Amino acid sequence: MPSSSSSLRAPLLAVATPTVLVILWAALASAHLFPTSLFPHPWDVARGLALELKTGRLVNDVIASLFRVSTGFVLSVVLGVPAGLLLGHSALARNALLPIVNFFRSLSPLAWIPFAILWLGIGDPPAIFLIFMAAFFPIVLATTAAVANIPSVYFRVARDLGITGSRLLSAVTLPAIAPQVITTLRVTAGLSWLVVVAAEMIAGRDGLGFAVWDARNGLRIDLLVAAMFVIGVIGACLDRLLVQLTKIPSVRWGYER
Amino acid sequence: MAAAAQLLRLERVVVSYGEVDVLAGIDLEVRDGEFVAIVGPSGCGKTTLLNVCSGWLTPTSGRVDRPAALRMVFQQDGLFPWLTVDENVRLGLGQIAEPLERQRRTNALLGLIGLTSFAGSYPHQLSGGMRQRVELARALGGETPLLLMDEPFSSLDYLTRLKMRLELAWILRTQPRTVLLVTHDIEEAAQLADRVLVLSERPARIRDEVVLKVPRPRDPTDPEVVSAVRRILGVLGLKPQEGARAGFKQN
Repeated sequence: MPSSSSSLRAPLLAVATPTVLVILWAALASAHLFPTSLFPHPWDVARGLALELKTGRLVNDVIASLFRVSTGFVLSVVLGVPAGLLLGHSALARNALLPIVNFFRSLSPLAWIPFAILWLGIGDPPAIFLIFMAAFFPIVLATTAAVANIPSVYFRVARDLGITGSRLLSAVTLPAIAPQVITTLRVTAGLSWLVVVAAEMIAGRDGLGFAVWDARNGLRIDLLVAAMFVIGVIGACLDRLLVQLTKIPSVRWGYER
Repeated sequence: MAAAAQLLRLERVVVSYGEVDVLAGIDLEVRDGEFVAIVGPSGCGKTTLLNVCSGWLTPTSGRVDRPAALRMVFQQDGLFPWLTVDENVRLGLGQIAEPLERQRRTNALLGLIGLTSFAGSYPHQLSGGMRQRVELARALGGETPLLLMDEPFSSLDYLTRLKMRLELAWILRTQPRTVLLVTHDIEEAAQLADRVLVLSERPARIRDEVVLKVPRPRDPTDPEVVSAVRRILGVLGLKPQEGARAGFKQN
């Protein structure tokens, strides 16, 4: 009884609270407490969304933004994880590079926007560059820490069992850091999605960030909110997608207890 | 037993870290088929001694003769948590390449430790005692004559520990090995070992050697086991009339 009712309650609540919020929003907008140019009606937003979908502009923007995020993010992972492995294994590399990594990690990627435009112009390259600057350094740091925290007993066991060389990396190091790295991937993917919107607002001619900025310039507050809605939904979906990684049986141990 | 070949030999082994002497000249011999236990107060250098035996640590001075291959059983989870029980045990098989033979041996080892139905489970899904049994199976899979055990049961509760001692004794009957066990558990040492070496506080020296001749598995209340425990307690200064006399009784 408690299991069946609570298993039903969770998805029900997930639908109920947003519905209540929208009803509240509609009621507030219908009361005309604020001018519609500052506080749009959800119905107008829905119509704007439908219109943007029909013209195909919204779909193009979504594709543009997702392309930039995935390119920048994959680049960060492909370069960041090996860099973290190197730093985790070598005290020399840590001493030489960790201060620099920490410096750049603490630097807001948005501070790079001027250079991104000066160096790379407008479009995909500056956005990808900014996402890389946002995601690469946290991935390096988290991987470094994960490697440094591998219990030494695993390496002793590996030596006992004759696991050496490149097999040590694939059979011990990588599986040992996988749970922590996956957690970092979730965080940095979210960060990348935040950054792409900011990047496109300033250095884009398309993409969801540009859609927000364009709507604001055209005083189309309905389209502005429609773009915001899509940004939020896709961001949440990206995280749901990456959560699937934590369900792989061989990494479950990292999330138990 | 006296005629059996020497498997492990330490001669005047000294380990010091800077000013601190941890091992102060240890002589030790383990012969083929023996079960030798080393007990001593915590922090006395028991684990250091075992690390010297395994080759993980090079002594500051002295001589170590040990077999080319040996296996260790660790105090804390040395199982790879990302592998199933089956995969962990299989990893211990070493050189055997033929897949069917690997599977057959893995199954045999899982049967030996009574965990056949947990083959597909991950270590975090098992109890502490079960994990320790898997560790044992993995170490046995190497077919090395010598096993080094570093407090293998110390993270388990008392009753599980008692059970594991009996199981280890039974397993060693079907899979005979030479064992060097390091433990702070005096009763465990007396219940399992043919010889118990008692170490002094740091820097560690061998203070006493207690020989037991009762066959394994032994009852922990067997008179010989009990008298061994009593003697070790005496050496360590833990008998009521000798230890902590001034103690807490005043208040």
